[in-house]
Amino acid sequence: MAQVHFRGATKRYGAVLAVDRLELAVADGELLVLLGPSGCGKTTVLRMVAGLEEVDEGTIVIGDDVVNDVAPKDRDLAMVFQSYALYPHLTVAKNIEFPLRQRRIEGEDRRRRVAEAAASLGLTELLGRKPAQLSGGQRQRVALARAIVRDPKAFLMDEPLSNLDAALRVQTRADIVALQQRLGTTTLYVTHDQVEAMTMGHRIAVLRDGVLQQVAPPQELYDRPANTFVARFLGSPGMNLVPASVTEPASVTEPAPGGVPAPGAAPVPVGPPGDRVDLALAGGRLALGGEAALLARKASSLVVGVRPEHLAIDPAGALGARVVIVELLGAEVQVVCALDDGTQVVVRQGADRPRPAAGELVRLAVDSGALHLFDAESGVRLAVGP
Amino acid sequence: MTTVAAAPPASAPRRGGRRRRVREAGLGYLLVLPAVAVFGVFVFYPFVENFRLALYETPPYPGLPSHYVGLHQFAQVLTSGAFFQSLLSTLVFVVMVVPTGLLLGLLLAVAARRRLRGMAAYRVIFSSTVVTSVAVAALVFGTLMDPVVGLLPWLGIDPRPPILDNPTWALPAVAVMAVWQFLGLSFVLMSAGLSSIPEDVLEAARVDGASDWTVFWRVTVPLLSPTLFFGVVVATIYAFQTFGQIDILIGPANAAYEHVNVLVYNVLTTLQVNRTPGEAAVLSIALFLLTLGFTSLQLRFLERRVHYGR
Ligand SMILES: Nc1ncnc2c1ncn2[C@@H]1O[C@H](COP(=O)(O)OP(=O)(O)O)[C@@H](O)[C@H]1O
Ligand SMILES: [Mg+2]
Repeated sequence: MAQVHFRGATKRYGAVLAVDRLELAVADGELLVLLGPSGCGKTTVLRMVAGLEEVDEGTIVIGDDVVNDVAPKDRDLAMVFQSYALYPHLTVAKNIEFPLRQRRIEGEDRRRRVAEAAASLGLTELLGRKPAQLSGGQRQRVALARAIVRDPKAFLMDEPLSNLDAALRVQTRADIVALQQRLGTTTLYVTHDQVEAMTMGHRIAVLRDGVLQQVAPPQELYDRPANTFVARFLGSPGMNLVPASVTEPASVTEPAPGGVPAPGAAPVPVGPPGDRVDLALAGGRLALGGEAALLARKASSLVVGVRPEHLAIDPAGALGARVVIVELLGAEVQVVCALDDGTQVVVRQGADRPRPAAGELVRLAVDSGALHLFDAESGVRLAVGP
Repeated sequence: MTTVAAAPPASAPRRGGRRRRVREAGLGYLLVLPAVAVFGVFVFYPFVENFRLALYETPPYPGLPSHYVGLHQFAQVLTSGAFFQSLLSTLVFVVMVVPTGLLLGLLLAVAARRRLRGMAAYRVIFSSTVVTSVAVAALVFGTLMDPVVGLLPWLGIDPRPPILDNPTWALPAVAVMAVWQFLGLSFVLMSAGLSSIPEDVLEAARVDGASDWTVFWRVTVPLLSPTLFFGVVVATIYAFQTFGQIDILIGPANAAYEHVNVLVYNVLTTLQVNRTPGEAAVLSIALFLLTLGFTSLQLRFLERRVHYGR
């Protein structure tokens, strides 16, 4: 077991910058999930750790050693490939045994370890089969068994669940977490699936176009995304983002032209005028107070983020919208709405709440305590969430 | 004046359908006729004629008529010491050519897989022996092995007797050239086989702690076994049929041909030197059966031990 430390690790494929100056420390015994969309460089990061790709710049440290020039076979790691990469000519038993053989672990010791690894993944009955005679789920378990049969410094797992069906994926997800907890082995786990990341990781590192966006425990990542990319990528669906501009509070300035107050404006906390601002967005207004207002004042233009569960259909709501689609998910309902300026947002509500029909005009209430503010240009987070 | 209706009348579709079928079958026979004729003239007729020839004995003096001896000639030729000697040379030749040709082809293919600058040029060079004519290659090798202007005198070694006249070295010398000429095909074959091995399986082995050597022998070679198997069959047939190399490098005029009188060449020398067509026919049938036997043995026994990938 060991920590894995990236110090400015960079990888280029010709003109493509696959991984850009990655700074990341995976603690000893930690399960760190590397999350990002397809092509963002996750596999490349794993392959650099495994020694299958050279590091162009920076260093990678495993334990106390810089491993840049260490051959894969000497790095003492175990990797689960996305394709499983089982040895097709060897039986399940020989597949699991292979890493032990390479390390000259012989005789009774080797037999016992293979039997243990196979048993812990329910493979005992399959030891005599060849990979071609196994189902996808079974192959995946053989790949896992081949990894855990040794006691390596770290596990590297590249989307090991992506070829499984949904039910098996949930089961295996739990199995891997339990296994990692039992073995306590440092694990770098790659996925593009944010649910997998949220449920499995001690911490999640979000990657985009080779650039690390944020590293945090799952809940913190969800509650305080560092930028609009992370905000959108986590949660299903992701955070609603609406461009907004800052104005003086409606109650301080004169009533809007025509004498009509902002419809359904949320009650504004009383305080000095500078403490409060209004956000004009999508034809409506949201009142902000406190720290959020101060932060909002500094930005020239903003993006307001709000999670689907913090929006509600409410006749007294601040924003006008038209229902586009209503999606039933059993326990809950997702209502996709188009705001007055056309921006689409998703509202999540319990299945017991009254359901609007598609095409209906509704008003949306915003939980103003759960707003996220981002700089419109850089997408960087300005203000705290809940 | 009558005209033949090109299309059957619409009122009789079933009869017309049959007629069309008959006509299509006729066309089919017509279309295979050229192929059958060519095969008949150049394969089937000579094959049968060769067998007939094997039943007749030709007196060693020109002008005398050959007479029927039946299978007696088979017994006579196939139990002779000369045949045994020739068979032995053939097997030794196969053993020299097949493993070496395949292994060298594999090594070149492995080397050419590295992504290095200019590797494409090497690939072309490696595979070029496929398209080199036997005559050209034999001239080149003949020059290299020449006792006066060849490689050995140039290296300061005085080859005496000259390699190609040397009872010990003539056959290996031919084998060297045969291997060289087979290398192109072997390389192309092995390259194709290598490229069908999934890269990630090899990488998994490296991460699992295997050295390059172990990866090669424990993963690459087993996964390559279908290709290797096919290569053994092809190379064996190739070795059995190596003729032009011997004929041009040495030739029946040179007494040294006796050192390289493998079966296929024995057929020619029996015909041209001994002037006994009946015996030559028996030898060619023996070679045919030997090749057939070897190939089917290989198919039967090797195939079972071969791993065919996922
Ligand atoms: N061998 C390669 N040659 C060239 N480009 C590559 C190679 N491998 C990956 N890339 C590029 O590097 C980027 C990151 O790839 P990868 O690490 O596989 O992404 P991910 O695993 O997150 O889907 C992609 O743009 C991909 O096209
Ligand atoms: Mg990937």
